[in-house]
Amino acid sequence: MNSPGTGSEIDGFHLGELIHVGSMASIYRLTGPHGPLPLVMKIPRLGPGERAVNVIGFEVCRTVLGALTQSPRYPTLVAYGDVETLPYLVMEFIEGTGLEVWSDRAPIAPDEIARLGSALALALHALHRQDAVHLDLKPTNVLYRPNGEAVLIDFGLAHHGHYPDLLAEELRFPVGNWVYMAPEQVLGVRCDPRSDIYALGGLLYELATGRLPFGRPRSRRELRRRLYRDVVPPCALVPATPGWLQEIILRCLEVDARDRYATAEKVALDLADASRVEITERGSRMRRAHWWTVFRRRVRARRFQPAPCPPPSTSVGPPVSIVLVALAPAQSPAPLLEALRDTTRSLIAADDRCRVACATVVPPAAALSGEGDENSATGRHIRRLVELRRWARPLHLPEERVTYHVLESGKPAAALIDYAKMNDVGHMLIGTSRDGASAQRLPGICAQVIAEAPCSVTVVRPRPPG
Amino acid sequence: MPSPKLALFADVHANLEAVTACLEHAQALGAERYAFLGDLVGYGADPVAVLDLIERYAAGGAVVVLGNHDAAVAGRGRVRMNASARAAITWTQAQLGDRQHAFLAGLPLVVRQENTLFVHASAAAPERWAYVTGATEAERSMKAANASYIFSGHVHEQRLYFMGAAGRPVPFQPVAGTPIPIGRNRQWLAIVGSTGQPRDRNTAACYALADLERDRLTFFRVPYDYASAAGKIRSAGLPERLARRLERGV
Repeated sequence: MNSPGTGSEIDGFHLGELIHVGSMASIYRLTGPHGPLPLVMKIPRLGPGERAVNVIGFEVCRTVLGALTQSPRYPTLVAYGDVETLPYLVMEFIEGTGLEVWSDRAPIAPDEIARLGSALALALHALHRQDAVHLDLKPTNVLYRPNGEAVLIDFGLAHHGHYPDLLAEELRFPVGNWVYMAPEQVLGVRCDPRSDIYALGGLLYELATGRLPFGRPRSRRELRRRLYRDVVPPCALVPATPGWLQEIILRCLEVDARDRYATAEKVALDLADASRVEITERGSRMRRAHWWTVFRRRVRARRFQPAPCPPPSTSVGPPVSIVLVALAPAQSPAPLLEALRDTTRSLIAADDRCRVACATVVPPAAALSGEGDENSATGRHIRRLVELRRWARPLHLPEERVTYHVLESGKPAAALIDYAKMNDVGHMLIGTSRDGASAQRLPGICAQVIAEAPCSVTVVRPRPPG
Repeated sequence: MPSPKLALFADVHANLEAVTACLEHAQALGAERYAFLGDLVGYGADPVAVLDLIERYAAGGAVVVLGNHDAAVAGRGRVRMNASARAAITWTQAQLGDRQHAFLAGLPLVVRQENTLFVHASAAAPERWAYVTGATEAERSMKAANASYIFSGHVHEQRLYFMGAAGRPVPFQPVAGTPIPIGRNRQWLAIVGSTGQPRDRNTAACYALADLERDRLTFFRVPYDYASAAGKIRSAGLPERLARRLERGV
């Protein structure tokens, strides 16, 4: 067969523009009628002189993408060809901007890093929840859609816990991008989602400082340096780096996976709300470890045992991980607030890993008329937060299991639905004081939330008197 | 061409309830071809019914190979066993009629169909009943088999090995119900797990279903009425330990 090119037809797909030529594969846009999704075809480079990992990468990509549920956070696999006769993958074309656009002009502003980073962390979490690990994060493998959502691409080196890992034994040289590779990955471990969290830390480091955490290692010895050498703290390179950002970056870059964030979702939450971040010594560090410490670490690194991979599906949390309680404490009668607390309590008791997000919606600041301190946007925001905290206090939840959110929007239902979508809420509680008998239909907010929320919704009513 | 869906059972061990449940499960998923990978009897209390059932499948074209317990019952060669297994063999021998004895006596050690090999234990010297418990043993079996797919039993836990590019098999613990792509471009050894006596603290019976048209292999766990199977073992006067194993999946 002639090698395919622009204008060729493969199994009914018409090849258009060649948009990418990499060391492992070429990617073409597809033209012609084929349904609503814009598509690309990825054709691995095979044949004499090409690496065996190319064909394995093709099989891995097909298996992992084929196993994942459809999500905007990675491309949908549409079709594939047989590995022996005509290997190709047809996937959704992602219209977006690569992360390299930002990393090329790094250092960039902390709030922009937080926005890009939390979107990327949520995309990783969507993957990790399904027992999959990307293992090849780099700027060119992350795209941002116009709405700000991050999309992970290129799953050729990924791992999925439900399938045999065809790359598991390619240990002579660790496969993947060495710049962002986690220490345990250097040693051949390919099943830990926290390896992606390390790589995320490397990407954030680059965005914050304009430098790569460990340069570009060219030998295995240079690659192993990350087992004992710490990075130059971002604050030392860019003094304007806030402590919270350095804390997040250095926690992601911990050598032992157990010292990093347990889930990408936690990274996303910390990046989205800097006030949550507890700044430790990491966040205020100004220089690298003393040579004597490095020497001792280097001796110990020879016996470094990577942390065991977390067991599938349990470490990352079940799909129902966030319970969103929609509240309006100032306007709701006490029995309704009590009923919401009771329902929340039973959900917490049923799932000891779930987190409670208490949210209230307020009109946008511009809609306020008063000028005094009492009515200023900040003052109002704080009062609402205090009310939410007061409501949650009897639940006796530890700090890390409860969050408070004041959402500014003129459309309460839409604000709650957006929040649920952006944060992968598993279950939403919403209260109404009207009972089924007296009201022919639910109030508008309830009805819209039930109709449009991406999760389970429970409508809570106060107990009838008597 | 017959249906490409091939149901694979190993180590049925005369457990009629388990094999019936698995056969129903496989048929609901469209299985039309069958393979029984040895140890049809031993341990369980229904050797006659199970052998008659499997003989009917064999008459319909199913692959059936000999296991070490079957060999011991048939008096084919010396087989080393522990006390309760030995007691079950002696008991089983007394239950079987001429027909069942003749069926066991005629079973082959290995069946080869195109690029697929069916064998109870390791394909390297099948008559020695070596356990494939790790990559080294898997490598011996795979190199001796000279087939793309090797389906076997003997070890009671489900396990899949694939031959890596460096010539070393890589073990994988399958997740029940997940179809695994098993491309013909590499070699695979699947231990389908014990239908009649699971030992991984899960009482559900094991089997696997291969879709040879789409190159997919799915391992399954099927809950069945183990209480009845254990009750029959007790009523038959077989060692109590054999009944408890079914109730606890050990």
